[in-house]
Order: sequence, then C-alpha cells, then structure tokens
Amino acid sequence: MNPDVHRLVDHLFRREAGKMVAMLARALGFDHLQLAEDAMQEALLSAMRTWALGGVPRDPSAWLMRVAKNRALDVVRREANFRGKEEQLTAFLEQRAASRPQTFRFEEEIRDDQLSLIFACCHPDLSRETQVTLTLKTLCGFGEKEIAAAFLTSPAAIAKRLVRARKKIRESRIALEVPSGAELGARLEVVLDALYLLFNEGYKASQGDELVRKELCDEAIRLAEILAAHPAGDRPRTHALLALMLFNSARLSGRADADGNILLLAEQDRSLWDRAMIEGGLAELNRSATEKEISEFHLQAGIACCHCAAKTYQATDWERILSLYDMLIAVDHSPVAALNRTVALSNVRGPEAALKAIATIPSPELLASYYLYHAVLGHLHFLLGDWETARLGFERAAELTEVKSEQAFLHRRASECAPRKSEAQP
Amino acid sequence: MSTTTKLPTREDKSMQTRSNTFLFIFRGGADPNQMSPEDMQRNMDAWFAWMNDLKSKGHFEAGEPLEEGGRVLKGRNGQSVTDGPYAEGKEDVGGFILLTARDLDYATELAKGCPIFANGGTVEVRPIQDMSAVRAEREQ
Repeated sequence: MNPDVHRLVDHLFRREAGKMVAMLARALGFDHLQLAEDAMQEALLSAMRTWALGGVPRDPSAWLMRVAKNRALDVVRREANFRGKEEQLTAFLEQRAASRPQTFRFEEEIRDDQLSLIFACCHPDLSRETQVTLTLKTLCGFGEKEIAAAFLTSPAAIAKRLVRARKKIRESRIALEVPSGAELGARLEVVLDALYLLFNEGYKASQGDELVRKELCDEAIRLAEILAAHPAGDRPRTHALLALMLFNSARLSGRADADGNILLLAEQDRSLWDRAMIEGGLAELNRSATEKEISEFHLQAGIACCHCAAKTYQATDWERILSLYDMLIAVDHSPVAALNRTVALSNVRGPEAALKAIATIPSPELLASYYLYHAVLGHLHFLLGDWETARLGFERAAELTEVKSEQAFLHRRASECAPRKSEAQP
Repeated sequence: MSTTTKLPTREDKSMQTRSNTFLFIFRGGADPNQMSPEDMQRNMDAWFAWMNDLKSKGHFEAGEPLEEGGRVLKGRNGQSVTDGPYAEGKEDVGGFILLTARDLDYATELAKGCPIFANGGTVEVRPIQDMSAVRAEREQ
C-alpha cells in the first residue's frame, strides 16, 4: 500500500468497470450480466471505502480485479443457477485473476473479453438504441445518469431500457462469443454501425452535456481500436470508420472559442486541431485501402481527411470534397447527405448552384424541421447578398435547436445580416 | 531579573488537559445504486484532496478504513457473539482518522470539508480525553 494518497488516473474507475464487467460476464454468462455488473459495483465501492483512508494500492487494476473476482465467486457459491458449475467457474476466475494486469497476456485476455462483449451488446436482435445503451453501460462503465445526459432523456428511461435489454438477452439466448465464418461479415457491419452512431451522438453538437459527449467520441474510438486490432474486426470498413472518427475528433478542440462560442470552419484556429489524431487518421485511412471495397465510411473519412489536410480554409480542396460527396449520395440516399453536399457545391460552383441543388433534394419535408437545413439556406442567401432571406434562415434555425451555444451562434449570424439589410435598402 | 521557568499551577494543568486531539468517525456516505463509476471516482478524488489538505497542514495523525462487518459481543460475559454490526448500511462506520486541532470548533470546521456529506454520510467529531497529566502524576 502506498501511504500517500494521490489522484487517480482520469476515468480509471470507468475503464476498470468496463474491463471487470467484460471479464465477469465472460465467466458468468451474458444472461447473468446483472450479476457481473453488481460484482463490479461492489468492487468499486469497496475501493472507494478503503483507498481514501488506507491509501491507493500500487496496482489499482489488480486490486479491483481481485475483489471483483471474489465477489463473483461468492455469487457462484450462493446462487442455485450455478450449481454444478462452481468448479469450472472457479477455475476460470482463478486463472484470470492469476494472470497479472499490465502484462501482455492479461491485456490480450481482457481485449478478447471486451471484443466478445462488443459483439454481444451490438447483436442484431437488439434495437440500435439498445445496442448503444448497453455498450455504454457495460463496456464503457457509464451510469444511467450519464447515458441519459448523452441522449437527452431521463435516467429512469435508460434504466427501463436496460431492464428490457437484459430480458431480451435471456429470451434470445444471446451468447458472448466472437462470430466467425459466414456470420462474421454481417455481424461486424452491425457493430460498426452502432459504434458510428455512438460516435455521432458525441460529435453532433445538437444535444447533451459537452463533457459527456467528448467521452462518447473517445469511447467509440477506443472500441473501434479493439475491433481493428483483432482478426475478426480487421476489415477495410473498420479502419475507414476509425479514420473517420479520428479526423473528426481531431477537430473538436477547435470547434468553439474560449467562451464556448461555436466557430465557423473558416474561423477556426487550425493549430488547435489534434495533430496526433490526424496522423492516426491518415494511418487508418491507408489501412482501409487494402481492398477494392469503398464503403460510406471510406467516403466520409475521405471528406474529413480533406478538411484536416488543408492548412487554411482557403486551401481546402473543395473539388475533391465535392467528388467524394457525389459518390456518397450515390449510396447514401438520406436528405442530410444531400444537404451536406450542397455546402461543398457552393464552394466549387457558387451559392446559386447550391440553392438549385437544394431545391432538387428528394423528400425535402424531412429537412423542414432540421435546423442545419435552415442554417445552410441562410448561409447561401448570405453569400448571395440576400440579407433578409439569410436572416430569416438563421433565425428559423435558431428556433429549431435547443443547444444554447448553437442558438448564440445562429443569432450572431442573423445579426450580421441586420446592418447589411439597411445598406441594401435605397 | 532571572528567567526561571514558571512552574505550572493547578489551573494551568487543567488547561493542559483540554484536548487538542480529535477522532473523526465516518458513517455511511456511499449509495452504490445512485453512483456511477465516474461518480465514485469523483468522490474519491474529493477525499484525496481533503486528506492531502489535512496532511499538508499538519492536522492528520492517523487513520484507517474498517472492513465491512465483524463481531458484536453482548451479555454478562460477552457470551452473545453475533456477526455484525448490521446496523442500517447508512449507519455503518466506514473508518476513522485521528487529528490534531486547536479546539473543538476548529476541528468541526475541518470536518465540514469532508466529501462524505455529498453522499448523505456523517462525521462524528469526538475530542480525545488527554490523560497525560494524570499519567505523569501517577508516575511521580
């Protein structure tokens, strides 16, 4: 024991919670997820009770794993469910606890545990919403309150969702295993889509607590890295998704000024972008290009890469971005993808061409309540010098978003139209 | 004028027996159902900060966490031995520290910084009776 108290590594408890649950769920079975989570919770509680007064152990991870293992063994001995399996489970848990944390073997075992948990949480029998919630709860160690903050819902609603998820896991007999053979491709696709959603929940600035959202991005990247490092997940699509997430995450730090005001891409201080993440994104983009396959992730990563590679806003290769968007809307028929393309189009062929393209987007009614649609319209009219229409666009967009920083940003843009409005009048 | 050490009078001696050592007893303060791992770590960091402060200012003397549960003995010869204490979880003593402070009011102020209150726990502040004068008298 270290007699001196000190600060713990950031998110240590949350990270260790994910590892403990992965290891214990592997031992006890995915249908006993709740028992695994209880044992994890008790281990952390025990640490909280004792470390402050008694000092932090030299190897906190090992300490937690040992306590969690002992709690799980108590459960195995006590619960009738495990009768007849005590010996096998005890052997498994003892063996796991015997391999020391920080060693290669331990890390490898834990990664395998986490990988099978990723596939189980993102099982196609579960709804997309449930997949992401379960992933955050079990693999990332998020509490119900934190998940609720990320999804702008109540902790009670999240708790209910988790109860239903556990019931579904038992009914569907979802097992903890890494799929193989013909099944693997389709299962991997579901996992990647869930991680993409998890990342976007964090990345999009439309809701929730700022800090929690950054953590969602970090977690999505961490899980995608686990996936990419394993033969089962080492596919071009996985690397493309990882590249996409790294490029976008790299720019998070420049998205707002010191007072939290959102900045235009053209206004951002590019020196604040995370160079290491951009380098990582480039490496992943290279790894994603080993086969002919070009997924939506590849195209989106390519677009994000263009932004990261541009030294200044003026140096942005909009031609290339536009051609990537052209390929993207050929496979992604969502009106949002088409709308995003028009921003690139405006930079290449001018705002009038962009406005014409917006008018041809199929099912525009889907965009009517989307704040960015009105913000883009405002921006294009602004470029054309149609101040009044521009102002209306920004104001409509501000009404449609609930995020204060976005409202402030849109009001600023609307106010930039005001003085020009009087200029424009004779 | 000679500087002779003034012998303590009876009155001074009674002053000396006024305690400047205190026992803080911690009860409850952790509801696992309402705490996420991140909450627990935040709580832990707050404890570290509080304890570091007590140490750096020279108040801290000793402290230990208690394991959960133990034995409770009762009856004329302590013949009734039960596992426990199983008081309500919230009342359970989680640990203690010994510290020095100039008086009870000051010790109380120090206790107010304890992070246990954020989770509904309590701190009991008890002055430790200073028996050193009595012991010294007995040895003479």
